[in-house]
Amino acid sequence: MKQTIFTIQENKQLTETTWRMKLKGDTSEIISAGQFVNIKLDGYFLRRPISVCDVEGDILTIIYKILGRGTEEMTHFHIGKELDILTGLGNGYDLSLSGDRPVLIGGGVGIPPLYLAAKRLIAEGRNVKAVLGYNTVDEIYYEEEFREIGCEVIIATADGSVGVKGFVTDALQTIAGEDCGYTYFYTCGPEPMLKAVYNATKTSGQLSFEERMGCGFGACMGCSCKTVTGYKRICKEGPVLRKEEVIW
Amino acid sequence: MTDTKITLCGIELENPVIPASGTFGYGYEMAEYYDINCLGTFSFKGTTKEERFGNDTPRIAECPSGLLNSVGLQNPGVKVVIREELPKLALVFDKKVMANVSGFSVDEYVYVCERLDKERQVGWLEVNISCPNVHGGGMSFGTDPNQAASVVKAVKQVTTKPVIIKLTPNVTDITSIALACEEAGADGISLINTMLGMRIDLKTGKPILANTTGGLSGPAIFPVALRMVYDVAKAVSIPVIGMGGVSSAEDVIEMMMAGATAVQVGAANLVNPFICQDIVNNLPDVMAKLSIESLENIIGISQEEF
Repeated sequence: MKQTIFTIQENKQLTETTWRMKLKGDTSEIISAGQFVNIKLDGYFLRRPISVCDVEGDILTIIYKILGRGTEEMTHFHIGKELDILTGLGNGYDLSLSGDRPVLIGGGVGIPPLYLAAKRLIAEGRNVKAVLGYNTVDEIYYEEEFREIGCEVIIATADGSVGVKGFVTDALQTIAGEDCGYTYFYTCGPEPMLKAVYNATKTSGQLSFEERMGCGFGACMGCSCKTVTGYKRICKEGPVLRKEEVIW
Repeated sequence: MTDTKITLCGIELENPVIPASGTFGYGYEMAEYYDINCLGTFSFKGTTKEERFGNDTPRIAECPSGLLNSVGLQNPGVKVVIREELPKLALVFDKKVMANVSGFSVDEYVYVCERLDKERQVGWLEVNISCPNVHGGGMSFGTDPNQAASVVKAVKQVTTKPVIIKLTPNVTDITSIALACEEAGADGISLINTMLGMRIDLKTGKPILANTTGGLSGPAIFPVALRMVYDVAKAVSIPVIGMGGVSSAEDVIEMMMAGATAVQVGAANLVNPFICQDIVNNLPDVMAKLSIESLENIIGISQEEF
């Protein structure tokens, strides 16, 4: 973990409620895809935990959704503004277990951390599929970005406005071949989706969980959960859990 | 030359800055981030007889200038603390640690204190009779002078280490509880634990915390804590540790002027993990600006009649 000042380079609206921010600063502590940063906002007591979407050199990319007043205020931040950020938080995905043909399954605001995972898996020569779920066509973002780095992308929308009608688990069925079509899965999204993915997947995999956090670095025990391998803090031993250790 | 040394129940501290229980783990986790030997000491995570998971999540809710928590004393139990956590701490911390103890019965407090008493690293026992997040124990001992006294008397029989009783602000008259503890043999009083509160999710109409209510901490409660420290320090003759929303060197000095011998920092650690180090580093400068030569000399100066 490191506490550093980042400078906003870009703050761009992607959909009605989803924004992308690029920040320049010391990214050295960000090791794994699936880690998060914790951002201090003026006028709010607790920091805002937001997952890392991408990191390239000293540029950190995050994608955030307007969920409350804090994230709404973030949309008004201008280029050049400085933010106090804790970086390198959480365990992140272990990409070494992916096998040759991993599938990435993301829902809504859970999609961003899978982007860095996809980039790194492709760099290692894996054949990567991404199943991305949204409520409706207007909420789609990053479909092109996943394609540009060499992912095969399957879209699911709950209202059927584009792609497979239904949830990510419905789209997952479309890639199933004789051997289910993938060697391993990485997923992130709302908890009901994670549970559905857990039940629908036929291989091992890793799930990234969300919880209301106090500190984000393991001090307060605010975000604990029970797992097969004992009590874990979502912010420290998580947010990524192996499928085999999850207790619902 | 400024002097930040203070003496707490017979043990000298380099400075009065103490991270509060529940915001600093068992110390070694925070030692990953900075050398925690710069602290006066710290109070480790509230420890019970058996392992506890605590309450369901969500356990955290934000509010202006603070947060609510309903963690509910998650800890690995005293045996594991002694066998695993304290040896890890010993590798990174040369000073005496304050052992925070919780329980659901007088017997449990006694059991945990008796075991921690034998640990050389433990300097003080901070007995928490004020946790608002557990039922059938914790705070119920801290809301009645007789029950509070019964815990103090029982614990004092099994330890030679200084016993500091941590009090809840969720009472009508905190000084009567403090006085009962002093009379029963307590060596110090620490206050305040968190204040009971709640938040509701406007979209669902349901409480945000799974436990419905939680304890409020952070700068929002500082003036309340300061007033209670002032009242209790005036009433008792044993040392008082002040806490509640302390976030700066200035806050530390204000607490000490109100009557605190040492000062704990809680919620602020969760926002800035380096805050206690910053406070320790800033203290000499702030003292110099205020022409304070020795912190020991300002303890309770606000109690004097002007």
